[in-house]
Amino acid sequence: MSALAAFAAGLVFGIGLILSGMTDPGKVIGFLDLAGRWDPSLAFVMGGAILVGYFSFAFAGRRGRTFLGGALQLPTRRDIDARLVAGSVVFGIGWGLAGFCPGPALVALGAGIDQAALFVAAMLAGMFIYDAAERRAKA
Amino acid sequence: MTIDWTHFTPWTSLAGGMLIGAAAAMLVLLSGRIAGISGIVGGLISLKRGDVAWRLAFIGGLLVAPLAMLFYPVSPRIDAGLGTLALAGLLVGLGTSYGSGCTSGHGVCGLSCLSPRSLVATAAFMVAGIATVFVTRLILV
Repeated sequence: MSALAAFAAGLVFGIGLILSGMTDPGKVIGFLDLAGRWDPSLAFVMGGAILVGYFSFAFAGRRGRTFLGGALQLPTRRDIDARLVAGSVVFGIGWGLAGFCPGPALVALGAGIDQAALFVAAMLAGMFIYDAAERRAKA
Repeated sequence: MTIDWTHFTPWTSLAGGMLIGAAAAMLVLLSGRIAGISGIVGGLISLKRGDVAWRLAFIGGLLVAPLAMLFYPVSPRIDAGLGTLALAGLLVGLGTSYGSGCTSGHGVCGLSCLSPRSLVATAAFMVAGIATVFVTRLILV
């Protein structure tokens, strides 16, 4: 049941990404191109998402449990460390280079776009490298 | 700065954003999870029992989303070459892992929860993205 809900959420998320223009790297780069010809659309994407998200997460937090009876598994960390900032900067550089972030890249992969397949493969490689480095650090 | 009026789509972008927010609401209210794409994908690597099906199902939903959009064709403009795409993908994979999130996890869900960590992360990747585009435009022009 939970998997079915997750599938539906992923589908709606993907449709939202396509409708909003996030799956077009040219549009993403147009938003990041503040000094050039700026396309402010993505500010509207974030505004719309946060507007709905703010009330939804507040409601979920007050409820404390899911509608299916499960527990909420939300992040609890509040500390700001160098890893958070450095990691986000590295992500931002990759995002600015290609115009893809993880969600839109997966949707573009689903649409059969070859370049997205290459991007997703490289992204998975980056995640595997992180996982291997973490295991090594803990061992 | 000049506004690119030909590509500016305030209403479809706002509507798409609200759908993204609604999807994040569905996931948290039904599965109790945060709709952070990099975290959902990255969590598959450790393969914890009972923690795989919902992740694969969500990713499956993303992958089939284009089928539901046959009536709304979008042709993505991809300027980056293959080498740049591979480098960018690697940086996105590494960066989102170390930074614990991406545009969806930090930028949408985290900001919706008023998380200070997500605010810092979002500011960091936005500034880095803007700086990267500024530099690549200088080199390419």
